[in-house]
Amino acid sequence: MSIIRTEELCKNFGDLQVLQNVNLTVNSGEVVVIIGPSGAGKSTLLRSLNTLETITSGKIFIEDNLFCRAEQGVIKEEMSKEDKKAALLDMGMVFQRFNLFPNMTVKENVMAGPVHVKKTPKEEAEKRALELLEKVGLADKADAYPSRLSGGQQQRVAIARALAMQPKIMLFDEPTSALDPELVGEVLNVMKDLAAQGMTMLCVTHEMGFAREVADKVVFMADGQILEEGTPEEIFNHPKTAKAQQFLSSVL
Amino acid sequence: MNDFSRILTWLPQLLLGARTTIVITILAVGIGLILSLFLALGKMSRIFVINKFCSAYIFFFRGTPLLMQIYFLYFGLPQFHPALTIRSAFVAAMIAYTLNSAAYLAENIRAGIQSIDKGQFEAAKTIGMSGAQTMRLVIIPQAVRRLIPPVGNEFIMMLKDVSLVAIIGLADLTKVTRAISSSSATALVYIPAMIIYLIITALFQFVFNTLEKKYSVYE
Repeated sequence: MSIIRTEELCKNFGDLQVLQNVNLTVNSGEVVVIIGPSGAGKSTLLRSLNTLETITSGKIFIEDNLFCRAEQGVIKEEMSKEDKKAALLDMGMVFQRFNLFPNMTVKENVMAGPVHVKKTPKEEAEKRALELLEKVGLADKADAYPSRLSGGQQQRVAIARALAMQPKIMLFDEPTSALDPELVGEVLNVMKDLAAQGMTMLCVTHEMGFAREVADKVVFMADGQILEEGTPEEIFNHPKTAKAQQFLSSVL
Repeated sequence: MNDFSRILTWLPQLLLGARTTIVITILAVGIGLILSLFLALGKMSRIFVINKFCSAYIFFFRGTPLLMQIYFLYFGLPQFHPALTIRSAFVAAMIAYTLNSAAYLAENIRAGIQSIDKGQFEAAKTIGMSGAQTMRLVIIPQAVRRLIPPVGNEFIMMLKDVSLVAIIGLADLTKVTRAISSSSATALVYIPAMIIYLIITALFQFVFNTLEKKYSVYE
Protein backbone atom coordinates (compact mmCIF):
# COMPACT_ATOMS: atom_id res chain seq x y z
CA MET A 1 0.00 0.00 0.00
CA SER A 2 1.27 3.47 -0.76
CA ILE A 3 1.45 5.94 2.08
CA ILE A 4 1.86 8.93 -0.21
CA ARG A 5 1.30 9.16 -3.93
CA THR A 6 1.28 12.19 -6.19
CA GLU A 7 -0.14 12.42 -9.67
CA GLU A 8 1.01 15.11 -12.09
CA LEU A 9 1.84 17.44 -9.23
CA CYS A 10 2.72 20.98 -10.34
CA LYS A 11 3.70 23.98 -8.32
CA ASN A 12 4.34 27.48 -9.63
CA PHE A 13 5.80 30.43 -7.82
CA GLY A 14 4.45 33.20 -10.04
CA ASP A 15 5.72 32.38 -13.52
CA LEU A 16 8.36 30.02 -12.23
CA GLN A 17 7.48 26.34 -12.52
CA VAL A 18 9.06 24.76 -9.46
CA LEU A 19 7.44 21.34 -9.86
CA GLN A 20 6.34 19.90 -13.18
CA ASN A 21 4.13 16.82 -13.36
CA VAL A 22 5.71 15.00 -10.47
CA ASN A 23 4.56 11.42 -9.99
CA LEU A 24 5.96 10.04 -6.78
CA THR A 25 4.97 6.99 -4.77
CA VAL A 26 6.17 6.12 -1.31
CA ASN A 27 5.05 2.66 -0.18
CA SER A 28 4.57 1.58 3.39
CA GLY A 29 7.89 0.69 5.02
CA GLU A 30 9.93 2.18 2.21
CA VAL A 31 12.81 4.62 2.56
CA VAL A 32 12.77 6.95 -0.43
CA VAL A 33 15.60 9.42 -0.85
CA ILE A 34 15.32 12.41 -3.18
CA ILE A 35 18.56 13.77 -4.55
CA GLY A 36 19.38 16.42 -7.11
CA PRO A 37 20.96 19.81 -7.61
CA SER A 38 19.75 22.78 -5.58
CA GLY A 39 16.75 24.47 -7.13
CA ALA A 40 15.45 21.14 -8.38
CA GLY A 41 12.26 21.50 -6.33
CA LYS A 42 13.08 18.75 -3.81
CA SER A 43 12.13 20.73 -0.71
CA THR A 44 9.10 22.22 -2.41
CA LEU A 45 7.87 18.72 -3.24
CA LEU A 46 8.21 17.66 0.39
CA ARG A 47 6.53 20.83 1.63
CA SER A 48 3.69 20.43 -0.84
CA LEU A 49 2.84 17.05 0.61
CA ASN A 50 2.04 18.40 4.07
CA THR A 51 0.42 21.62 2.85
CA LEU A 52 3.27 23.95 3.87
CA GLU A 53 3.05 24.88 0.19
CA THR A 54 -0.22 24.86 -1.72
CA ILE A 55 -0.04 22.97 -4.97
CA THR A 56 -0.93 24.55 -8.29
CA SER A 57 -2.33 21.45 -9.92
CA GLY A 58 -2.31 17.69 -9.64
CA LYS A 59 -3.41 15.19 -7.02
CA ILE A 60 -2.04 13.96 -3.72
CA PHE A 61 -3.20 10.65 -2.26
CA ILE A 62 -2.62 9.62 1.33
CA GLU A 63 -2.97 5.87 1.87
CA ASP A 64 -4.75 5.70 -1.50
CA ASN A 65 -7.40 8.23 -0.45
CA LEU A 66 -7.54 11.50 -2.33
CA PHE A 67 -6.00 14.13 -0.07
CA CYS A 68 -6.44 17.00 -2.46
CA ARG A 69 -6.79 17.80 -6.13
CA ALA A 70 -5.94 21.20 -7.56
CA GLU A 71 -6.32 22.83 -10.95
CA GLN A 72 -4.76 26.14 -11.91
CA GLY A 73 -3.93 27.09 -8.36
CA VAL A 74 -7.37 26.30 -6.97
CA ILE A 75 -8.16 23.34 -4.72
CA LYS A 76 -11.00 21.49 -6.43
CA GLU A 77 -11.44 18.55 -4.12
CA GLU A 78 -10.12 17.64 -0.73
CA MET A 79 -10.73 15.44 2.28
CA SER A 80 -13.09 16.53 5.04
CA LYS A 81 -11.47 18.76 7.62
CA GLU A 82 -11.16 15.98 10.20
CA ASP A 83 -9.69 13.49 7.74
CA LYS A 84 -7.28 16.12 6.50
CA LYS A 85 -6.13 16.93 10.01
CA ALA A 86 -5.67 13.24 10.78
CA ALA A 87 -3.76 12.70 7.53
CA LEU A 88 -1.46 15.60 8.28
CA LEU A 89 -0.74 14.20 11.73
CA ASP A 90 0.34 10.97 10.06
CA MET A 91 3.18 12.92 8.44
CA GLY A 92 6.07 13.88 10.70
CA MET A 93 8.35 16.59 9.41
CA VAL A 94 11.96 17.37 10.18
CA PHE A 95 13.30 20.69 8.95
CA GLN A 96 16.71 21.76 7.80
CA ARG A 97 16.85 24.39 10.52
CA PHE A 98 15.33 22.22 13.29
CA ASN A 99 12.65 24.77 14.26
CA LEU A 100 12.51 23.63 17.85
CA PHE A 101 10.43 25.89 20.09
CA PRO A 102 13.09 27.88 21.98
CA ASN A 103 10.68 28.83 24.78
CA MET A 104 10.17 25.18 25.74
CA THR A 105 12.59 22.68 27.22
CA VAL A 106 13.62 19.67 25.16
CA LYS A 107 11.05 17.51 26.92
CA GLU A 108 8.29 20.11 26.49
CA ASN A 109 9.08 20.32 22.80
CA VAL A 110 8.53 16.59 22.43
CA MET A 111 5.40 16.65 24.62
CA ALA A 112 3.79 19.69 22.96
CA GLY A 113 2.05 17.79 20.15
CA PRO A 114 0.73 14.86 22.20
CA VAL A 115 -0.49 17.07 25.07
CA HIS A 116 -2.02 19.97 23.15
CA VAL A 117 -3.11 18.29 19.94
CA LYS A 118 -3.78 14.66 20.83
CA LYS A 119 -4.85 15.53 24.41
CA THR A 120 -2.69 12.75 25.83
CA PRO A 121 -2.53 12.94 29.65
CA LYS A 122 0.61 14.79 30.76
CA GLU A 123 2.18 11.88 32.67
CA GLU A 124 1.77 9.55 29.73
CA ALA A 125 3.12 12.12 27.27
CA GLU A 126 6.09 12.76 29.52
CA LYS A 127 6.89 9.08 29.84
CA ARG A 128 6.68 8.68 26.09
CA ALA A 129 8.79 11.81 25.52
CA LEU A 130 11.53 10.46 27.76
CA GLU A 131 11.47 7.13 25.92
CA LEU A 132 11.85 8.94 22.61
CA LEU A 133 14.67 11.10 23.93
CA GLU A 134 16.34 7.93 25.16
CA LYS A 135 15.97 6.54 21.67
CA VAL A 136 17.73 9.54 20.08
CA GLY A 137 20.35 9.48 22.86
CA LEU A 138 19.33 12.68 24.62
CA ALA A 139 17.53 11.56 27.77
CA ASP A 140 20.02 13.56 29.86
CA LYS A 141 19.07 16.79 28.06
CA ALA A 142 15.32 16.49 28.76
CA ASP A 143 15.19 19.64 30.90
CA ALA A 144 17.63 21.74 28.89
CA TYR A 145 16.51 24.51 26.56
CA PRO A 146 17.28 24.00 22.85
CA SER A 147 19.71 26.94 22.81
CA ARG A 148 22.03 24.93 25.07
CA LEU A 149 22.23 22.09 22.54
CA SER A 150 24.47 21.59 19.53
CA GLY A 151 22.89 21.53 16.08
CA GLY A 152 23.08 17.77 15.92
CA GLN A 153 21.40 17.42 19.29
CA GLN A 154 18.69 19.90 18.31
CA GLN A 155 17.98 17.95 15.16
CA ARG A 156 17.69 14.71 17.12
CA VAL A 157 15.19 16.41 19.44
CA ALA A 158 13.29 17.59 16.36
CA ILE A 159 13.12 13.99 15.17
CA ALA A 160 11.83 12.90 18.59
CA ARG A 161 9.24 15.69 18.49
CA ALA A 162 7.96 14.47 15.12
CA LEU A 163 7.97 10.82 16.28
CA ALA A 164 5.93 11.75 19.36
CA MET A 165 2.90 12.19 17.11
CA GLN A 166 3.33 8.55 15.99
CA PRO A 167 3.38 9.39 12.29
CA LYS A 168 3.06 6.80 9.55
CA ILE A 169 5.67 8.57 7.47
CA MET A 170 8.56 10.85 8.29
CA LEU A 171 9.50 13.64 5.90
CA PHE A 172 13.08 14.87 6.21
CA ASP A 173 13.92 18.16 4.52
CA GLU A 174 17.71 18.27 4.26
CA PRO A 175 18.05 17.36 7.94
CA THR A 176 21.84 17.58 8.00
CA SER A 177 22.47 20.52 5.68
CA ALA A 178 22.65 23.10 8.47
CA LEU A 179 25.00 21.01 10.60
CA ASP A 180 28.73 21.19 11.12
CA PRO A 181 30.33 18.21 9.37
CA GLU A 182 31.24 16.43 12.59
CA LEU A 183 27.60 16.50 13.75
CA VAL A 184 26.08 14.97 10.61
CA GLY A 185 26.83 11.39 11.65
CA GLU A 186 24.80 11.43 14.86
CA VAL A 187 21.67 12.58 13.01
CA LEU A 188 22.14 10.08 10.19
CA ASN A 189 22.55 7.31 12.75
CA VAL A 190 19.18 8.15 14.31
CA MET A 191 17.65 8.12 10.83
CA LYS A 192 19.25 4.76 10.05
CA ASP A 193 17.84 3.32 13.26
CA LEU A 194 14.42 4.58 12.29
CA ALA A 195 14.70 3.02 8.85
CA ALA A 196 15.84 -0.25 10.39
CA GLN A 197 12.73 -0.24 12.59
CA GLY A 198 10.57 -0.10 9.49
CA MET A 199 9.55 3.57 9.52
CA THR A 200 8.38 4.85 6.16
CA MET A 201 10.64 7.74 5.23
CA LEU A 202 10.90 10.34 2.51
CA CYS A 203 14.19 12.20 2.73
CA VAL A 204 15.63 15.07 0.78
CA THR A 205 19.34 14.96 1.40
CA HIS A 206 22.78 15.62 0.00
CA GLU A 207 24.22 12.71 1.98
CA MET A 208 24.90 10.28 -0.83
CA GLY A 209 26.41 7.71 1.54
CA PHE A 210 23.14 7.61 3.47
CA ALA A 211 21.12 7.33 0.26
CA ARG A 212 23.25 4.45 -1.00
CA GLU A 213 23.18 2.59 2.29
CA VAL A 214 19.62 3.11 3.53
CA ALA A 215 17.37 3.95 0.59
CA ASP A 216 15.05 1.41 -0.95
CA LYS A 217 14.45 3.83 -3.77
CA VAL A 218 16.42 6.85 -4.94
CA VAL A 219 14.68 9.60 -6.87
CA PHE A 220 16.71 12.03 -8.92
CA MET A 221 15.14 15.43 -9.50
CA ALA A 222 16.26 18.34 -11.66
CA ASP A 223 14.42 21.42 -12.90
CA GLY A 224 11.24 20.52 -11.05
CA GLN A 225 10.94 17.08 -12.59
CA ILE A 226 11.70 13.53 -11.59
CA LEU A 227 14.23 12.45 -14.17
CA GLU A 228 15.10 9.03 -12.79
CA GLU A 229 14.15 6.69 -10.02
CA GLY A 230 15.41 3.29 -9.03
CA THR A 231 17.44 1.35 -6.53
CA PRO A 232 20.57 3.04 -5.17
CA GLU A 233 22.58 0.62 -7.32
CA GLU A 234 20.74 1.72 -10.49
CA ILE A 235 20.94 5.44 -9.80
CA PHE A 236 24.46 5.65 -8.44
CA ASN A 237 26.17 3.10 -10.66
CA HIS A 238 24.17 3.33 -13.86
CA PRO A 239 22.58 6.77 -14.13
CA LYS A 240 20.79 7.02 -17.46
CA THR A 241 20.25 10.75 -17.98
CA ALA A 242 23.05 13.18 -18.67
CA LYS A 243 21.86 15.47 -15.85
CA ALA A 244 22.05 12.67 -13.30
CA GLN A 245 25.48 11.61 -14.55
CA GLN A 246 26.71 15.15 -14.31
CA PHE A 247 25.22 15.68 -10.85
CA LEU A 248 26.58 12.45 -9.47
CA SER A 249 30.05 13.02 -10.84
CA SER A 250 30.10 16.39 -9.10
CA VAL A 251 29.00 15.11 -5.69
CA LEU A 252 30.54 11.64 -5.45
CA MET B 1 12.86 78.14 57.19
CA ASN B 2 15.69 76.57 55.21
CA ASP B 3 15.24 74.98 51.77
CA PHE B 4 15.38 71.43 53.00
CA SER B 5 12.63 71.77 55.54
CA ARG B 6 10.50 73.60 52.96
CA ILE B 7 10.86 70.65 50.62
CA LEU B 8 9.84 68.34 53.46
CA THR B 9 6.63 70.27 54.00
CA TRP B 10 5.76 69.93 50.29
CA LEU B 11 6.53 66.28 50.15
CA PRO B 12 3.12 64.88 51.21
CA GLN B 13 1.38 66.86 48.45
CA LEU B 14 3.99 65.88 45.89
CA LEU B 15 3.65 62.21 46.78
CA LEU B 16 -0.12 62.44 46.47
CA GLY B 17 0.39 63.86 42.98
CA ALA B 18 2.90 61.11 42.21
CA ARG B 19 0.33 58.53 43.26
CA THR B 20 -2.14 59.83 40.68
CA THR B 21 0.59 59.82 38.04
CA ILE B 22 1.64 56.25 38.84
CA VAL B 23 -1.90 54.87 39.05
CA ILE B 24 -2.91 56.33 35.70
CA THR B 25 0.33 55.18 34.05
CA ILE B 26 0.14 51.61 35.27
CA LEU B 27 -3.59 51.14 34.69
CA ALA B 28 -3.53 52.77 31.24
CA VAL B 29 -0.54 50.84 29.94
CA GLY B 30 -1.66 47.66 31.70
CA ILE B 31 -5.17 47.66 30.23
CA GLY B 32 -3.80 49.10 27.00
CA LEU B 33 -1.52 46.09 26.74
CA ILE B 34 -4.45 43.66 26.77
CA LEU B 35 -6.37 45.74 24.26
CA SER B 36 -3.30 46.08 22.05
CA LEU B 37 -2.88 42.32 21.75
CA PHE B 38 -6.30 42.11 20.10
CA LEU B 39 -5.54 45.13 17.93
CA ALA B 40 -2.24 43.62 16.80
CA LEU B 41 -3.83 40.25 15.98
CA GLY B 42 -6.66 42.14 14.27
CA LYS B 43 -4.27 44.14 12.16
CA MET B 44 -2.64 40.89 11.03
CA SER B 45 -6.01 39.26 10.39
CA ARG B 46 -6.99 38.32 6.86
CA ILE B 47 -10.60 39.20 7.63
CA PHE B 48 -11.09 42.49 5.81
CA VAL B 49 -13.41 44.23 8.27
CA ILE B 50 -11.34 43.37 11.34
CA ASN B 51 -8.10 44.27 9.60
CA LYS B 52 -9.38 47.65 8.41
CA PHE B 53 -11.00 48.49 11.73
CA CYS B 54 -7.80 47.82 13.68
CA SER B 55 -5.66 49.68 11.15
CA ALA B 56 -7.98 52.69 11.30
CA TYR B 57 -8.00 52.63 15.10
CA ILE B 58 -4.21 52.62 15.27
CA PHE B 59 -3.98 55.31 12.59
CA PHE B 60 -6.40 57.58 14.44
CA PHE B 61 -4.87 57.32 17.90
CA ARG B 62 -1.31 57.68 16.69
CA GLY B 63 -2.23 60.42 14.25
CA THR B 64 -3.97 62.89 16.58
CA PRO B 65 -2.52 64.61 19.65
CA LEU B 66 -3.15 62.88 22.96
CA LEU B 67 -4.05 66.27 24.41
CA MET B 68 -6.81 66.67 21.85
CA GLN B 69 -8.08 63.14 22.51
CA ILE B 70 -8.40 63.94 26.21
CA TYR B 71 -10.17 67.22 25.53
CA PHE B 72 -12.52 65.63 23.07
CA LEU B 73 -13.40 62.73 25.32
CA TYR B 74 -14.07 64.88 28.38
CA PHE B 75 -15.48 68.11 26.96
CA GLY B 76 -16.40 67.20 23.40
CA LEU B 77 -18.41 63.98 23.58
CA PRO B 78 -21.12 65.30 25.95
CA GLN B 79 -22.01 67.92 23.33
CA PHE B 80 -22.75 65.24 20.77
CA HIS B 81 -24.99 63.31 23.13
CA PRO B 82 -25.55 63.75 26.87
CA ALA B 83 -25.31 59.98 27.34
CA LEU B 84 -21.65 60.20 26.36
CA THR B 85 -20.82 62.35 29.38
CA ILE B 86 -18.02 61.02 31.54
CA ARG B 87 -18.49 62.56 34.98
CA SER B 88 -15.21 61.58 36.55
CA ALA B 89 -12.13 63.30 35.17
CA PHE B 90 -10.10 60.35 36.39
CA VAL B 91 -12.18 57.87 34.39
CA ALA B 92 -12.01 60.09 31.31
CA ALA B 93 -8.25 60.32 31.61
CA MET B 94 -7.96 56.57 32.08
CA ILE B 95 -10.01 55.87 28.96
CA ALA B 96 -8.06 58.34 26.82
CA TYR B 97 -4.66 57.10 27.97
CA THR B 98 -5.63 53.44 27.65
CA LEU B 99 -6.99 53.84 24.12
CA ASN B 100 -3.95 55.87 23.11
CA SER B 101 -1.29 53.60 24.53
CA ALA B 102 -3.05 50.54 23.07
CA ALA B 103 -2.49 51.98 19.59
CA TYR B 104 1.24 52.40 20.13
CA LEU B 105 1.61 49.05 21.89
CA ALA B 106 -0.28 47.26 19.13
CA GLU B 107 2.35 48.23 16.60
CA ASN B 108 5.09 46.99 18.93
CA ILE B 109 3.28 43.71 19.44
CA ARG B 110 2.71 43.25 15.73
CA ALA B 111 6.40 43.85 15.06
CA GLY B 112 7.29 41.40 17.85
CA ILE B 113 5.06 38.67 16.46
CA GLN B 114 6.19 39.21 12.89
CA SER B 115 9.84 39.01 13.93
CA ILE B 116 9.37 35.37 14.97
CA ASP B 117 10.90 32.95 12.48
CA LYS B 118 8.46 31.49 9.95
CA GLY B 119 9.85 28.05 10.77
CA GLN B 120 8.18 28.25 14.18
CA PHE B 121 4.74 28.52 12.57
CA GLU B 122 5.59 25.66 10.20
CA ALA B 123 6.88 23.39 12.95
CA ALA B 124 3.75 24.05 15.01
CA LYS B 125 1.58 23.29 12.00
CA THR B 126 3.31 19.98 11.28
CA ILE B 127 2.59 18.72 14.79
CA GLY B 128 -1.05 19.66 14.31
CA MET B 129 -1.38 22.81 16.39
CA SER B 130 -4.24 25.13 15.49
CA GLY B 131 -3.55 28.76 14.71
CA ALA B 132 -4.68 29.82 18.18
CA GLN B 133 -2.54 27.17 19.87
CA THR B 134 0.47 28.22 17.82
CA MET B 135 -0.01 31.81 18.96
CA ARG B 136 -0.60 30.95 22.60
CA LEU B 137 2.02 28.25 23.10
CA VAL B 138 4.77 29.13 20.64
CA ILE B 139 4.67 32.62 19.16
CA ILE B 140 3.47 34.90 21.94
CA PRO B 141 5.81 33.48 24.61
CA GLN B 142 8.72 34.23 22.28
CA ALA B 143 7.35 37.62 21.27
CA VAL B 144 6.90 38.61 24.94
CA ARG B 145 10.64 38.48 25.46
CA ARG B 146 11.19 40.85 22.55
CA LEU B 147 8.35 43.09 23.69
CA ILE B 148 9.73 43.83 27.12
CA PRO B 149 12.02 46.72 26.02
CA PRO B 150 9.39 48.58 23.95
CA VAL B 151 6.71 48.06 26.63
CA GLY B 152 9.10 49.42 29.24
CA ASN B 153 9.62 52.38 26.97
CA GLU B 154 5.87 52.92 26.73
CA PHE B 155 5.55 52.98 30.54
CA ILE B 156 8.28 55.58 30.84
CA MET B 157 6.83 57.77 28.09
CA MET B 158 3.34 57.48 29.56
CA LEU B 159 4.62 58.50 32.98
CA LYS B 160 5.40 61.90 31.56
CA ASP B 161 2.42 62.11 29.20
CA VAL B 162 0.19 61.82 32.27
CA SER B 163 1.13 65.44 33.10
CA LEU B 164 -1.47 66.39 30.47
CA VAL B 165 -4.30 65.40 32.83
CA ALA B 166 -3.98 68.81 34.47
CA ILE B 167 -6.16 70.21 31.67
CA ILE B 168 -9.17 68.28 32.92
CA GLY B 169 -8.47 69.22 36.52
CA LEU B 170 -6.63 66.19 37.85
CA ALA B 171 -3.78 66.81 40.25
CA ASP B 172 -0.87 64.73 39.03
CA LEU B 173 2.72 65.32 40.06
CA THR B 174 3.37 68.09 37.52
CA LYS B 175 0.16 69.91 38.36
CA VAL B 176 0.88 69.76 42.12
CA THR B 177 4.41 71.01 41.53
CA ARG B 178 3.21 74.00 39.53
CA ALA B 179 0.59 74.83 42.16
CA ILE B 180 3.18 74.79 44.94
CA SER B 181 5.58 76.81 42.84
CA SER B 182 3.09 79.59 42.25
CA SER B 183 1.72 79.67 45.77
CA SER B 184 5.16 79.69 47.38
CA ALA B 185 6.68 81.89 44.68
CA THR B 186 9.74 79.69 44.22
CA ALA B 187 11.04 77.25 41.65
CA LEU B 188 12.68 75.17 44.35
CA VAL B 189 9.83 72.64 44.32
CA TYR B 190 10.79 71.54 40.81
CA ILE B 191 13.89 69.85 42.17
CA PRO B 192 12.18 67.30 44.45
CA ALA B 193 9.47 66.83 41.81
CA MET B 194 12.01 65.92 39.17
CA ILE B 195 13.77 63.61 41.60
CA ILE B 196 10.46 61.83 42.21
CA TYR B 197 9.98 61.40 38.44
CA LEU B 198 13.49 59.97 38.17
CA ILE B 199 12.90 57.57 41.06
CA ILE B 200 9.70 56.27 39.43
CA THR B 201 11.50 55.90 36.10
CA ALA B 202 14.33 54.03 37.82
CA LEU B 203 11.79 51.67 39.39
CA PHE B 204 10.20 50.96 36.01
CA GLN B 205 13.64 50.36 34.53
CA PHE B 206 14.51 47.97 37.33
CA VAL B 207 11.28 46.00 36.89
CA PHE B 208 11.75 45.71 33.13
CA ASN B 209 15.42 44.78 33.35
CA THR B 210 14.47 42.04 35.81
CA LEU B 211 11.70 40.79 33.53
CA GLU B 212 14.07 40.79 30.59
CA LYS B 213 16.56 38.65 32.49
CA LYS B 214 13.84 36.29 33.65
CA TYR B 215 12.51 35.78 30.12
CA SER B 216 15.98 35.33 28.68
CA VAL B 217 16.55 31.99 30.38
CA TYR B 218 16.12 30.10 27.14
CA GLU B 219 18.33 32.29 24.99
